Amino acid sequence: MVSKIGKASCGTMESSDAYMELEPAASGTQIELQSVVEHQFGDSIRALAAEMLAEEGVENVNLRIVDRGALECTLRARLETLIARAREAGGANA
Amino acid sequence: MRRSMLFLPGNTPNMILSGDCLGADAIILDLEDAVAPDQKDAARVLVRNAIRTLQFPGVEKIIRINSLDTAYWKKDLDEMIPLKPELIMTPKTSCAADVLEFDAYISGLEDKLGYERNTVKLMPLIETALGVENAFAIASASKRVAAIFLGAEDLSADLRCKRTKEGKEILYARGRMVLAARAANVDVYDTPFTDVNDDEGIRVDAEFAKGLGFTGKASISPRHVGVINEVFSPTQKDIDYAYEVMEAIRIGKEQGKGAVSLHGKMIDAPIVARAQQTIDMAVALGLGREEA
Repeated sequence: MVSKIGKASCGTMESSDAYMELEPAASGTQIELQSVVEHQFGDSIRALAAEMLAEEGVENVNLRIVDRGALECTLRARLETLIARAREAGGANA
Repeated sequence: MRRSMLFLPGNTPNMILSGDCLGADAIILDLEDAVAPDQKDAARVLVRNAIRTLQFPGVEKIIRINSLDTAYWKKDLDEMIPLKPELIMTPKTSCAADVLEFDAYISGLEDKLGYERNTVKLMPLIETALGVENAFAIASASKRVAAIFLGAEDLSADLRCKRTKEGKEILYARGRMVLAARAANVDVYDTPFTDVNDDEGIRVDAEFAKGLGFTGKASISPRHVGVINEVFSPTQKDIDYAYEVMEAIRIGKEQGKGAVSLHGKMIDAPIVARAQQTIDMAVALGLGREEA
């Protein structure tokens, strides 16, 4: 099921954390990543974000991630919260 | 063994992730005062993921959830109970009914999850005048209660007095908490010393709390953990004496003596009980002797 979403943000710019913004887009999903570990982990962070958006049925969005060296469990937590907030902002109940 | 408990803000990854290497016997992952109301959702998910992934080996995990007068506490428990944290800290616990309300909700979750009842224990945080007055009722309200914890900052506000380093204003509350906990046969923890830069002050405060009978002490700074652990651990002299007491008792029994003395002093049941407590702690710290 495709979720209706609104604009939302989550996380912080502190070290070991990530700041994220999500907003609806006209068509297609764009993931923009700035990361202190872009060279080593950029592809895997983008893959993780794409996987979680797909699992949650979130399509046609612009996702911006500013990663400050977050571990995978932190990235997953921030993405989960971001998607929940975006759904709430979009007026969805689930 | 739980001498030190270190508070870690629930929405701060860089502090949470180092939770198992800061020296504390227990970490308190805080979903309450350290988290802004508009970040409660984020903290809950972050703490859940951190525990699930990192597990923090060798460190006890305590979750401070939000209080009964908020819209958050049930959501906190919904996320945390499946992780089987060792303890849930319940803030602003003022009477036995508060404990029973948390207890009933947790029991419902344990039943749903197929966990044995009372898998997750409670540490009520007593930080109101009413809570101190009801400390024994709180400590003995449920089998789930493993310890009680004094929160002096909120208590001082409730008492309408200034919170001081010397802590005269909480002396009665400290004594009352220790009595209540010991009468209910649960552990009791002292409030944090909040001046993180006062290295001598934390030692004096921790030694005073130990002298009153507290089991251990909480901290808001990793800097205080080492001193708290040291103060609440037996010294080598304490350990040596405890083994001497037990040896004297053993020899006395062999010789059929009714009364036993050591270094000219009679050894009675309370001395033996304290010696056994010291040995138990020494063993937990890896300082015990093989023959014990």
